[in-house]
Amino acid sequence: MEAVRHDYQRPSFLRSLGGLDWAYAVLLAIGSGYAFQLYGDYMDVYEKGILFLIAAMFVGLGWFWKPIRILLPVVAVLSLFGIGQYHGDLARASQAFWLKYLFASQSAIMWMSALYVMATGGYWFGLATRSDFTNRVSAGITWSASVMGLVGLMVRWYESYLIGADVGHIPLSNLYEVFILFSIITALLYLYYEQHYQNRQMGAFVLPVISAAVAFLLWYTFGRDAQHIQPLVPALQSYWMKIHVPANFVGYGAFSLAAMVGVAYLLKSRGHLANRLPALEVLDDVMYKAIAIGFAFFTIATILGAMWAAEAWGGYWSWDPKETWALIVWLNYAAWLHIRLVKGLRGPMLAWWAVVGLVVTVFAFLGVNMFLSGLHSYGTL
Amino acid sequence: MQTATQSSFPRAVYELLSSMRLAISLLTVLAIASVIGTVLKQNEPYSNYMIELGPFWFKAFAALGLYDVYHAGWFLAILLFLILSVGFCIYRQTPLMLREIKSFREHATEASLRGFAHQASYPLEAGKAAAMQRLTCYLAGQGFRFKLGADGGDAQPTLIAAKAGSLTRLGYILTHSAIVIICIGGLIDGNVPLKVQELLGYKKTETRDLPSDKVPAISRLTPANLSFRGSVSIPEAGSADVVYLNLADGYLVQDLPFQIQLKKFRIEHYATGQPKSFESDIVITDPDAKKAFEGTVSVNHPIIYKGVAIYQASFGDGGSRLAMNGWSLLSPAAKPFPFKGVVNQSSSLSNGDAQYTVEITDFKMFNVQDADEKADAAQPPGFWQNASRIMDDAASSAPKKRAHNVGPSYQYKIRDAQGQAREYHNFMLPLQIDGRSYLVSGMRAAPNEPFRYVRFPADENGGVEGYMRLRAALFDKALHPEIARRFAAAATQGAAVNEALRAKLVDSTGKVLEIFAHGGFEDLAKFIEGAVDKAEQEKAAETYLKVLERALFEANQLVRQRDGLKPLPPDMQSVQFVRESLNAINDSFYYGNPVYLQLKNYEEVLSSGLQLTRSPGKTLVYSGSVLLVLGLFAMFYIRERRIWLLVQPDTVLFAMSSNRKTLDFENEFRQHQQNLAGLLKG
Repeated sequence: MEAVRHDYQRPSFLRSLGGLDWAYAVLLAIGSGYAFQLYGDYMDVYEKGILFLIAAMFVGLGWFWKPIRILLPVVAVLSLFGIGQYHGDLARASQAFWLKYLFASQSAIMWMSALYVMATGGYWFGLATRSDFTNRVSAGITWSASVMGLVGLMVRWYESYLIGADVGHIPLSNLYEVFILFSIITALLYLYYEQHYQNRQMGAFVLPVISAAVAFLLWYTFGRDAQHIQPLVPALQSYWMKIHVPANFVGYGAFSLAAMVGVAYLLKSRGHLANRLPALEVLDDVMYKAIAIGFAFFTIATILGAMWAAEAWGGYWSWDPKETWALIVWLNYAAWLHIRLVKGLRGPMLAWWAVVGLVVTVFAFLGVNMFLSGLHSYGTL
Repeated sequence: MQTATQSSFPRAVYELLSSMRLAISLLTVLAIASVIGTVLKQNEPYSNYMIELGPFWFKAFAALGLYDVYHAGWFLAILLFLILSVGFCIYRQTPLMLREIKSFREHATEASLRGFAHQASYPLEAGKAAAMQRLTCYLAGQGFRFKLGADGGDAQPTLIAAKAGSLTRLGYILTHSAIVIICIGGLIDGNVPLKVQELLGYKKTETRDLPSDKVPAISRLTPANLSFRGSVSIPEAGSADVVYLNLADGYLVQDLPFQIQLKKFRIEHYATGQPKSFESDIVITDPDAKKAFEGTVSVNHPIIYKGVAIYQASFGDGGSRLAMNGWSLLSPAAKPFPFKGVVNQSSSLSNGDAQYTVEITDFKMFNVQDADEKADAAQPPGFWQNASRIMDDAASSAPKKRAHNVGPSYQYKIRDAQGQAREYHNFMLPLQIDGRSYLVSGMRAAPNEPFRYVRFPADENGGVEGYMRLRAALFDKALHPEIARRFAAAATQGAAVNEALRAKLVDSTGKVLEIFAHGGFEDLAKFIEGAVDKAEQEKAAETYLKVLERALFEANQLVRQRDGLKPLPPDMQSVQFVRESLNAINDSFYYGNPVYLQLKNYEEVLSSGLQLTRSPGKTLVYSGSVLLVLGLFAMFYIRERRIWLLVQPDTVLFAMSSNRKTLDFENEFRQHQQNLAGLLKG
């Protein structure tokens, strides 16, 4: 009797963790403790809170999705190595070998850009030739690109302090920096679903949206000279930026992913690439899950944004164009979820809606900055 | 019959209001309506809309409330309907949801279970009692709670009804109540209470420009008002005990329960010149408190006093005192007249025969400009040409040294006796343009035009005096003969010229000076058109220009000598100075009122724009937000599953259902199916 009980007992979550999980958690605890000891004096109470909450969150994320346990230490080692190469002198970015060719923030970001574009090509080649090997390689490239992007952001964060102690800030403050974040988050979300569904064909659809973001980044760099680190305007000097912006981009990334999977769904349901793409149920499921996680994070981000607005602009809601468009995006996906969950509707209609949702999202994200003016004008083109 | 219709109409309304169709439609309508306010700029002064839209559309848009669409009656009505719709939905669904959470559905029949899409049956090899034991253990181990149906003994079937994740239903209640709570909180803090008072005629917006204590009671709100969001601008050393609520085409005055005094307003800058912080040192004097409260408000760091939050919103000039030199641009006066003014005030100015009013509108101590802008623009636009430069640039995240402070600027309007105003925008210090330095002054005749700038060349001391000296000489007709004489002497130096020709040269030089002093290049061109053959005109113009330049050069030497200054060396610098002076004199004819006010000294007084809000709905909104997030995660990530195991004497019927059909559910069903097969075998 006991044996039966034991066999089918669903193990408690903590019991299911292995030695590596605990090692990872200890590493993160030591890392954040060390950071706190080094820089705690310069942080306000909220930033201290954020440091430990983020560490706890990443422990949770690593336990839930195992590859994070490797990703984070790799990013940490490479970033620290890059930072170590500076010797406190920003000019070394173009002199020291490792910085010039790999780890200076701009070099790392260029590597990220190139690798994401390569991965896009790889996934399409894999789709065309039905080569699982090519797809595996593409997934590897996507991982590497994400590592380089994260290293780029970390090093950029450090570089900002080299420019001036009062200039230093987390690289989430303008359109250039958040586009890097967007690419990385979308890629990681995709890699999660790729692993979860053991299906690599969706990459051919999701990676193009990342490549589009990369194209924008390159245009923004070469055409608009946007890569230079600028000091923060007073309104952005707040710990809220550290949580509001990433939460928002989990939302944007997930919505984009859902839309691209929606495109795959539409193609398959019309008989295109029918035997190369995963089953419609799988595509539908990914679409739903992405929109659900995106919606949850977008809600959190909007609430955090409202709390920040209450502190910076004197009101939690001012009907500023960016706020209003965030509401429109939110209402749109709220309606989508109602239709799907309550009415139980499936099929091309919802896929179309997800694709249209991306248009609304892109407008909220870029269009508002380009065409409308308001309080939220941090990224202009 | 009668009663049936009576009861069915409210019933139909209830059905409609609680239907999801209505809810979805409302979400869509709300989204579309929200777009309007992002396309049309909100809460601008009404005169702006009038100019932009024209009288017909201005009225139409005003009637629809489009200038403040988010507070328009119809917009609030949509919100109200949404609250009602969600509220009824909650009212209708909550009992069902609670029943779902509690119920195990232990009365399911075999027939209904066999109708399930997800079901399987297994032969029962072990005895019924043993099977029951194993199955209940299994369910508990898998995290299911269960309830046993009536046990009819070994010969009768027994039902085990189990469920897990029922709390997902709570998610529904949480999210939907959250929306209602957030909307109610928002409506409290919006201006709904004010709107109602306005509709009932208790309050009326004030449209006249009055001092705050002169505003009548009907346009005032007492400190007891629960919710407001207003702003006030306080000059340094000044104080305020009211804030202004801008509404439609007017405003309301909100009396504060305390007085705010601004001690000092500070702007700090980064090394690159961008603003780093805005801070106001304030003192709050409260009649209820013994001691005054002192604190500093800065962006992102409001002060909350007695439930009123005080924010740093903007800044401006609070009445800086400016000491200026006034120059008459088209007169022979060589000396300036002193003029003193205060920003945001007007004073009169007399220029001999003409009377003017000067209204100083702005003063800025810092003006950060992109130094590289010009250099960048000069480069060829295509980036392939200098790809390597761009590649190097792209590789660096370091900011370019481009911004720098060009010093104070000030703006004023000069209104003539007819009431016509022209606006001027001047810089105190010389600006470097293409390697030369100028004192720059912009003029425009209407507020929607761009400024057109006159460049007065700076003299060797960086001042405007050198230019003014030369300008005075040109307009001094008494000097023209001497200038012409000197020019003729210089021009004919070393050449054997007869007196008649020299006299003619002197004469025509005097003429050119006179014409130019009368109407600049335009008059000169007219003169040439009238006096010279068409074929010769271009050449004549060139000659006259040369004559003018060299005559002015001589004029400059003349007045410098008179003022006891060294003569200018005859080099390129001096020639350029004369040439630029000529252009500036010419531009002065188009300068509107021919008076240039040059800032000599200033005493800066800033004002701080504070926003004060009291928002009691905030607590509701924030707690609603917490519920919303909790509810969302409960809805998305707790999956409700039900399992029924009907244990019959010879078989076990397994059926499973979920409120959401997802792939995860399919997987879980298959997993249970396998597990149960193994479990019931041994």
